[in-house]
Amino acid sequence: MFSNFDFDVIVRSLPYLFYDGMTFTLTLTALATAGAIVFGTLLALMRLSGLPPVALPAAGYVNLMRSVPLVLMIFWFYFLVPYIGQWITGASRPIQVGAFVSSLVTFTLFEAAFFCEIMRAGIQSIPRGQVAAAQALGMTYPQTMGYIVLPQAFRNMLPVLLTQTIILFQDTSLVYVLSITDFLGAASKVAQRDGRLVEMYLFAAAVYFAISFAASLFVRRLQRRVAIVR
Amino acid sequence: MITISHVSKWYRDFQVLKDCSTDVEKGEVVVVCGPSGSGKSTLIKCVNGLEPFQGGTITVAGISVGDRKTDLPKLRARIGMVFQHFELFPHLTVTRNLVLAQVKVLGRGKMESEQRAMQLLARVGLADHARKYPGELSGGQQQRVAIARALAMDPIAMLFDEPTSALDPEMINEVLDVMVALAADGMTMMVVTHEMGFARKVARRVVFMDHGEVVEDAPTAEFFGQPRSERARVFLSKILQH
Repeated sequence: MFSNFDFDVIVRSLPYLFYDGMTFTLTLTALATAGAIVFGTLLALMRLSGLPPVALPAAGYVNLMRSVPLVLMIFWFYFLVPYIGQWITGASRPIQVGAFVSSLVTFTLFEAAFFCEIMRAGIQSIPRGQVAAAQALGMTYPQTMGYIVLPQAFRNMLPVLLTQTIILFQDTSLVYVLSITDFLGAASKVAQRDGRLVEMYLFAAAVYFAISFAASLFVRRLQRRVAIVR
Repeated sequence: MITISHVSKWYRDFQVLKDCSTDVEKGEVVVVCGPSGSGKSTLIKCVNGLEPFQGGTITVAGISVGDRKTDLPKLRARIGMVFQHFELFPHLTVTRNLVLAQVKVLGRGKMESEQRAMQLLARVGLADHARKYPGELSGGQQQRVAIARALAMDPIAMLFDEPTSALDPEMINEVLDVMVALAADGMTMMVVTHEMGFARKVARRVVFMDHGEVVEDAPTAEFFGQPRSERARVFLSKILQH
């Protein structure tokens, strides 16, 4: 049944697919994850602060982000970020940031909502006595969080954080709506140029599967290793 | 050293502490006892401001705990506290548990902090376990590490919140021995405990609480010899029976 297929197109386009496409996908995944964990942790601390003026905006932000389709956010930010940049810097024209920065900002802000909920669960999983013990030693709130609560929460939640990162890795393919050359974008361009849609999309699916599956196996092994002995 | 005067505390409508007063002088050991839910743990947590209170005042070394202007972290750094469930930091080694606050709160050098940590671990008999994680130690060992961690801050007074209640019976004595030695060294101690043997041996005074009130505050011999209140008599007869 594969007689009509030309799998040679894959070999020919490998450098383009991986050097251009996958590099972009992985860079976007890594940077967005890093940014989203930092921002998400901050949101989680805000939500758990117990101060309504701080907690409510964070809760609202998280609920908003989780209620809007990601594709829509990618579109929105692509058109909005230049204007926000203009507004912040007071420039006379919308600031062109390019598709990469725009998608990075989108994914960071969007994923932060999910990482916030993960970190919130992680922080809540730390017994209150740990906070009391840190305070009793004279630690301030930032010290208590920085040295005692967050390191433990982070370790407890590491498997979930990485699983979310795998989802993020798959979601980055949505940047095709901005005609960016990520891995899927590259495959799609080759597919249309050479008229080899089935081959290229099959290959792309296989690559996404291989990477995601390998990563989740790794997460499962890691899970057993990082668990804190209590 | 510690003066508690007319302290009251409410959880919404429920009053957990009712006009509690007592004091602990420098070098004195005071045991606080009473039935579960009598408010004794809550009271001791008010002393270093872990629990807020609405009425009355508590002063430690002349500093008012309830005062909004008081730098609570700074005050807490000078008061050691030992918890029922140890609350060692499970992600740090025993040594790091003792060193962390010395470095980050007191601003001590790393070398000096580690020396002090080793010195105190030797004192509680756990020098060999310095590199282990808390999860690798028994309950009694963990509680001794917790005492060493509090002592590493060179506190002016120590608060113990039921330090042996979560321990298996065979581990209680190793912790009490450390506390007795500490008392013998002249440490100011306020101890919430059910260990009446310990109270008899080292406490100068016993404070008996029930339903959020200080019912009795008497010298140890007097408290065990002829308790004035009926409630204290009932309590003592219940826990001294066996």
